Amino acid sequence: MTTPVLSVTDLTTSFLLEGTWRPVVRNVSFDIMPKETVAVVGESGSGKSMTALSIMRLLPSANSRISGQITLAGRDLLALSEPQMQAVRGNDVAMIFQEPMTSLNPAMTIGTQIAEALMWHKPLQRAEAEAETLRLLERVRIPAAKARFGEYPHRFSGGMRQRVMIAMALACRPSLLIADEPTTALDVTIQAQILALIKELQDEEDMSVLFITHDMGVVAEIADRTVVMLKGEAVETGPTERIFRVPEHPYTRALLAAVPQLGSMTGHARPMRFPVVDPATGGSDTPEETSDTVSPLGSPVLEVAHLTTRFDIRSGMMSRLTGRVHAVENVSFSVQPGETLALVGESGCGKSTIGRSIVRLVEADSGSVLVDGEDILRQKGRALHAMRQRVQMIFQDPFASLNPRMRVGDAIAEPLLQNGLADAAGARARAADLLERVGLPPEMSRRYPHEFSGGQRQRICIARALALQPNVIIADESVSALDASIKAQVINLMLDLQESLKLAYLFISHDMAVVERVSHRVAVMFLGEIVEIGPREAIFGNPQHPYTRKLLAAVPVPDPARQGRRRALNNDEIASPVRTLNYVPPLRQYRNVSPGHLVSMAGDGA
Amino acid sequence: MADAAISAAEPKKRRSARRNVYLTTGSSLLALFVVLAVFGGAVAPYDPNAQDLMAILDPPSASHWFGADQVGRDILSRIIVGTRATLSIALTSVAVAGVIGVALGVVSGYFGGFIDRAITVVMDLLLTVPNMVLAIAVVSVVGASAAGLTVAITVSFVPPLARLVRGRVMELRDEDFISAARTLGIRQPRILVRHVLPNAVSVIVIELSLLAGQAVLVASALGFLGLGVQPPDPEWGSMLGTAREYLTTAPHLVIAPGLAITLLVFAFNMLGDGLRDRFDPNTSP
Repeated sequence: MTTPVLSVTDLTTSFLLEGTWRPVVRNVSFDIMPKETVAVVGESGSGKSMTALSIMRLLPSANSRISGQITLAGRDLLALSEPQMQAVRGNDVAMIFQEPMTSLNPAMTIGTQIAEALMWHKPLQRAEAEAETLRLLERVRIPAAKARFGEYPHRFSGGMRQRVMIAMALACRPSLLIADEPTTALDVTIQAQILALIKELQDEEDMSVLFITHDMGVVAEIADRTVVMLKGEAVETGPTERIFRVPEHPYTRALLAAVPQLGSMTGHARPMRFPVVDPATGGSDTPEETSDTVSPLGSPVLEVAHLTTRFDIRSGMMSRLTGRVHAVENVSFSVQPGETLALVGESGCGKSTIGRSIVRLVEADSGSVLVDGEDILRQKGRALHAMRQRVQMIFQDPFASLNPRMRVGDAIAEPLLQNGLADAAGARARAADLLERVGLPPEMSRRYPHEFSGGQRQRICIARALALQPNVIIADESVSALDASIKAQVINLMLDLQESLKLAYLFISHDMAVVERVSHRVAVMFLGEIVEIGPREAIFGNPQHPYTRKLLAAVPVPDPARQGRRRALNNDEIASPVRTLNYVPPLRQYRNVSPGHLVSMAGDGA
Repeated sequence: MADAAISAAEPKKRRSARRNVYLTTGSSLLALFVVLAVFGGAVAPYDPNAQDLMAILDPPSASHWFGADQVGRDILSRIIVGTRATLSIALTSVAVAGVIGVALGVVSGYFGGFIDRAITVVMDLLLTVPNMVLAIAVVSVVGASAAGLTVAITVSFVPPLARLVRGRVMELRDEDFISAARTLGIRQPRILVRHVLPNAVSVIVIELSLLAGQAVLVASALGFLGLGVQPPDPEWGSMLGTAREYLTTAPHLVIAPGLAITLLVFAFNMLGDGLRDRFDPNTSP
C-alpha cells in the first residue's frame, strides 16, 4: 500500500461575512496517490477553487479560517508557519490558473521571468538558470523556444502563455500540480493540446495532479478519480469511470445529464432537448426531439450573400493604414423560418462579427443581408429601425447586456414603447407576460439586474429580444458563460420558444457538443470563411474539411472509457486573419458532398 | 467565480464602512456652511460692515470670538456673511461647468469622429493654460466681481470634466447593453439619456464635488489678489489679502478666513471621497 502524496481530511474553510463565519467548504476529504490525477468538479460557487486555495493556504488569513487536516508527504500543511509554507509552494506543490495573462508580469520577457523564479528557488547562476529555462520551455513544447525566450508575454497566445505557466510550475519538479480551470479560457483545439501536455508531463515527471474544472468532458478525459462538489460539500467521490457509469448522488446524475455528448445525436434529425433531472431523486425524463419547425420550402427568413467585413489596423506616428483584419470574407448562407443554423469556429474566426454585421453593430464592407427579401445593409433611419425589429440578438454575457441602472421590467418594455408598439400600460402587461414566458415570475419585473442569477439574467435577455416579435434571433455564445445545468435549461427554453413561435436562430458558438444538440444545419468557420456547411447530421457524421475534423476531434468526450485513446501532441496555434494591405483574398470553390453539404476546396485534402 | 467574490467582497465592505465616515463628515460640514450661507445675516452676532473704532485689531475675546479687523469689524460676522459669496461662486461655477462639460463629454465620447476631435482639441488648448492664469484673463475681460469670478472658474472647469466624461462614455459605448439598446431600436437621444448618462453619473458627481473644493480655493485666491468680490462686502479671500499687511502685528486676522477656507475645501473633498466609495460598483451594485 503506497501512501498518498496529498491527503485532505475534513477540510472546512469559512469566511467572515458581516460578523459571522460562513463555511464555503465543508468536511471535504480525499487522497491523491502518486502519479494520480484527481479532478474536483462542480459548478460556480461549489467551493472547488476554495478547496485548492485552502490547500495552498493562499486565502487571506484576516477573514478566512481553515480547519481539518491537509497532509503533504507526511507533513501537516496547516501546522506550518508562513515562511515554511512559502517553501512548500513552488517546490513541492505548484499551481496554474485559468488566466495565464494575469499571472505573468507584462513588463518582463518570458525567459527572464522564468529564470528569476528559478534563481529564487534554487542556488543557480544566471547562465545556469537561463539554460534551465530554455530546457523547460522545450519541455512544454513551445515551438522555437530559443527565439521566444526574449519575447514579452503579450506576444504569446493564450495557449502558449498557459504552456509558460506550466513550465514555471514544473521548474522545481513538484510532487503535486494543482491546476485551477487551466483550459477554461482556451479554444477547444488548444484545450486538447494543453490537456495532452499535462498528461504527458505527468508521466515523465511522476507528478500527481489535482485538476479543478466545471467541465465533465475534461474530467472524463484526464482524471483517474473524481470528487463532485456541491455547495461546499463533496457529494460523491470515486473512480472517474464508476462516477460516469453508475453515478450515485442525484446531483452527479443531474450534472452528467446536462453534459452534451458529441455523437449522441446520431439518428436524430432534429434538435433535442436536454433531459430534465429532478434534483431530489436524480431521476430524469426522456428528452424529446423537437417537432418539425423548419419550413424548407418558401423563402428564407435571413439570406446572407458575399458578406465581407474588414477592420483597418493603423499604427505608427501618422496612424497610417498598415494592414487589415479580414474578419469576415465572402460569406454566404441562408436560414429558413423555424430553423437553427449554427456558426461554429474558434476565437477570431469571425463568427461574432457576422452576427454583429447582420444587425449593423459593425458596418460590413460589402455583400448583402436580406431579411424577408429586403437588404438590411442598405437601410437608413426609420426603415432600418423597422428592419432591426425582425432580427434580434442575445449576447454572451447577460449581465453586461442589461443596463445595471434599469429595472428589468422597464428594460423589456422599453423597446415596445420606443418603437410605438404599445402604450405604457400595454408594455407593462407585455413585459410581465414575456417574463412568464421565459419562466420567471412577473413580479420580478421591479427588480434590478444584479438581483438575478446568471441563468435568470439570460432569460431576461431572451424576453427582451422577444418583445419585438422577431423572426430571427442571433444568439452570440448565449449559453457559453452558463453552468452546465443552467445551460441545459436555457437551451430547452430556446427550443420551446422555437417550437411555439417558429423562431429562426443563428446560433453562434464554439461548443461543438451544444451545437450538435440544438441545430438543424451547421456552418464551420475558419479565418473569416465558411469552410464547410451542411445539415447537422452530415457535418458531424461525415465531416469533409480537415479543419472540421480537427475541431471535432478536439472536443473532450465525457466518457472515461475512451481515455486510453490518447492524442498525438501538436503545437499548432490558431492562425491569424490579419493581412497586409495588398492581400487579395482567393476566390473559394465549393465541392458538393451531398444535397446541401458544401465543402471549401481550399485546404481540403479530399 | 462566486468563491472569489466572497473573498474579495470582504475587505471592501469594511473599507466602505470606514469611508462612510467621510461621507457623513463631509455632508454635515457642508450642511453647516449652507445654513450659514442662507441665514448669514441673521446668525451673525454683529453687522459685518459695522466699524467699532474702539475694537480695532482686537485679539479674540468673549465679545469678538475671532477678534476684530483693522477698522474694528467683527471677524466672525464677516466670515459668516462671507460664506454666501464663496459658496455661491463654487456651486454656481460647478453646476454650470457640470452641464457644459457633461454635454461636451457625452457628445464627443459617444459619437467620436470629427466632433470628438474638434471638441478634444479645444479642450486640450484650454487645459494648457493654468487655471489661475485663465481666471485672471477672464476676470480682466469681464471685470472683477463675483460674476466674473464665477465665469472664470466655470471656463477652467469645463475641460477636465469634459475629458473625464468622454473617457467614461467611450467605455460605456462598447458595453453590450448599449449594443442591445441599438438593436432593440432605441433612438440615440434616449440611449444617451437613459442608458449612458445614468451609468456615468457616479464619476460625474464625484468629480463635481472635488471640483467644488478647488473652486473655493481658486475663488479665495482671486479674492486675495483683489480680483473677486469688491470691498466692503466680506469675502474670505479678500479678508486674507488685507490681513496680510497686519500679519506681524495682528496675526489673528488670518486665522478665521484661513480656517473657513480649509474647512469648506475639506468638506467638499470628504464628500467626494465618500461618494466615490458609495458609488464604487464593486462595493454596492
